[in-house]
Amino acid sequence: MTTEARDAYRQQFGGATTEGAEWLRALRTGAMTAFDTHGFPTTRNEDWHFTSPAPIIEAAFAPMMPALGTLTAADVEPFLVPGTEWATLVFVNGRYAPQLSRVEHLPDGVRVMNLASALLEEPTLVGAHLGSLARYDQQAFAFTALNTALLRDGAFLHVRQDTVVETPIHLVYLSDAGAEGGVSYPRNLIVVDRHAKATIIEQYGATGDARYFTNAVTEAVIADGATLTHYKVQREGRKAFHVGHIEATQGRDSHFISFSFATGAALSRNNIYTRLAGAGCGATLNGLYMLDGEQICDHQTSIEHAEPNCYSRELYKGVLDDSSHGVFNGKVYVHPVAQKTDGKQTNNTLLLSPRARIDTKPQLEIFADDVKCTHGATIGQLDDRMAFYLKSRGVGAESARQLLTYAFAADVLETIELEPLKGELEKSALERFVSK
Amino acid sequence: MLTITNLSASVGDKQILRGINLTVNAGEVHAIMGPNGSGKSTLAQVIAGHPGYEVTGGSIEYEGKDLLELEPEERAHAGVFLAFQYPIEIPGVTNAYFLRTAYNEVRKARGEGEVDPMDFLDVMAEKLKLVEMDESMLHRSVNQGFSGGEKKRNEILQMAVLEPKLAVLDETDSGLDIDALRIVADGVNKLRRPGNATIVVTHYQRLLNHIVPDFVHVLAGGRIIKSGGKELALELEARGYDWLLEHETTAGAAR
Ligand SMILES: Nc1ncnc2c1ncn2[C@@H]1O[C@H](COP(=O)(O)OP(=O)(O)O)[C@@H](O)[C@H]1O
Ligand SMILES: [Mg+2]
Repeated sequence: MTTEARDAYRQQFGGATTEGAEWLRALRTGAMTAFDTHGFPTTRNEDWHFTSPAPIIEAAFAPMMPALGTLTAADVEPFLVPGTEWATLVFVNGRYAPQLSRVEHLPDGVRVMNLASALLEEPTLVGAHLGSLARYDQQAFAFTALNTALLRDGAFLHVRQDTVVETPIHLVYLSDAGAEGGVSYPRNLIVVDRHAKATIIEQYGATGDARYFTNAVTEAVIADGATLTHYKVQREGRKAFHVGHIEATQGRDSHFISFSFATGAALSRNNIYTRLAGAGCGATLNGLYMLDGEQICDHQTSIEHAEPNCYSRELYKGVLDDSSHGVFNGKVYVHPVAQKTDGKQTNNTLLLSPRARIDTKPQLEIFADDVKCTHGATIGQLDDRMAFYLKSRGVGAESARQLLTYAFAADVLETIELEPLKGELEKSALERFVSK
Repeated sequence: MLTITNLSASVGDKQILRGINLTVNAGEVHAIMGPNGSGKSTLAQVIAGHPGYEVTGGSIEYEGKDLLELEPEERAHAGVFLAFQYPIEIPGVTNAYFLRTAYNEVRKARGEGEVDPMDFLDVMAEKLKLVEMDESMLHRSVNQGFSGGEKKRNEILQMAVLEPKLAVLDETDSGLDIDALRIVADGVNKLRRPGNATIVVTHYQRLLNHIVPDFVHVLAGGRIIKSGGKELALELEARGYDWLLEHETTAGAAR
């Protein structure tokens, strides 16, 4: 199985080697070599123990065809947040769609463009960071290796020192009917300079019902005193596969706030990694996944405390219906020097069906002695007493179930500071269980 | 309005109610008193349709319908309301959303139109006044972090919103100070209509000074062992329950 798939990817690589600057060709070749050396992981790989990537590998996705070119603003509309005029980059089938994008009203000191343009316009900055954060030289990161070897486009954001971008920048990755059988490799690079501040929404969705694969990688450099808020909204098509890897590095006194909202795809794997590489910085990683049918959704977070006096906060919640399968693996690594680390991790699951399943695995490795690190996980069903209370007030069984499901998710949604997006995701969460 | 005939109910294999008979007509107030653990809350919960209690015998007729055939929400739509002895906390659902959802569900069931959030706030303004509650209570999660007294007031607020025909108040007075007791009792009295009925479950006579009952029943060991007028409550206050229980035992032995 894997040899065939590996050959197919090697073939995809054939054409890519000749593209771009020399440093980029070297990066691609290195990544391809890493992939060749390690191959794809199986469930024997500890990092893929609960989720088998075999369905993605066996499907042997071909490079995605360019969009049919028929998507209009009306097709993109459902993926935008009503009442907002945020800068938006739209990508269709992995390619930038300038006619569907709008980049305006941004302060001086902010550069937003597609990565293919940035490779030409900002070669030094891109060259300095691209591929430097997202690790790929291990079997567990085979998909990152492939993305690095085969990357074509994505988003580039650079926020200069002391610049505060008040409104978010929205990246919308859509796959249309032409995506059938194809794979795209969105690749994003975010550089937030000292004391600058920015918010990014990275959204994935489909306009059709195609079976495709999104293999995305985002790298974020968060300099001293800077703040990056990153929202990932994964609403891929129901037949789609999604593997996304986000990797950040944080300077002194910086903040990384990440929220991962996942309701889409047949199978998705979402890595969110950050390295607290400066004293006094902090990371907040929250997430909500709501699954039904046969969906599989796997989150792996990694927080590396490499310096003293840093904090990390994690709250992940899952609502699992039918035969769906959720996975949460929260890694926290505290280096010997990282004294006074303050870490807290929580994973709560609501099982709406006896067939639904959650695998939750906290993974704390602590090598400093003066630290406070806690973790906790709960798995529960809807509370019968609450349901009866609602029914006794005239609320029907279905509405009661919907309301209580929403209530379970409410506190983690409440952490979203971007009000219009919060409203949109709350609506999405409420609607999720209406038709049951 | 309500006719309970020979009602028995159990939890698991524990028999709690052992043949309750009670008739409540429109316009009446009935008080149910009795020692702790005698089955008062069980009776209230069975009327509301709690699935944890199994009715093992007897019947409840409400407005000509077999009440036991109805789902809890259908009972609410038909005008049955229970103020819980221990109101449930629902983190993550605001009181406003909860009340509006309940209000609209009951309206829908009665063939009336739903009201939107803005109009509902107008409806609420008047109801809040009834129980002297601040509007800020609407924006907190249902009962979460409420004091004992606030929870009880919130129950009466829900009653005011749903305007039931038959209200069962389960120890709504317990844990209330004198002022809160007066507010709650005044609220209940203002909600009384000639076509409605109220069953007040209480431990203490003091609530009955405010909500004056037409009948007082003593529930002990899962049975109503004595019924009388409002003076029975005063007698119970003075003498406790023991004289009745002894009487019941001798009567039982004689049979
Ligand atoms: N859910 C339950 N499970 C087990 N026992 C119960 C349950 N509910 C009530 N009981 C028992 O039934 C008896 C009557 O309880 P209850 O109706 O709450 O009495 P009261 O309201 O008169 O104090 C008590 O002995 C109580 O422990
Ligand atoms: Mg009781």
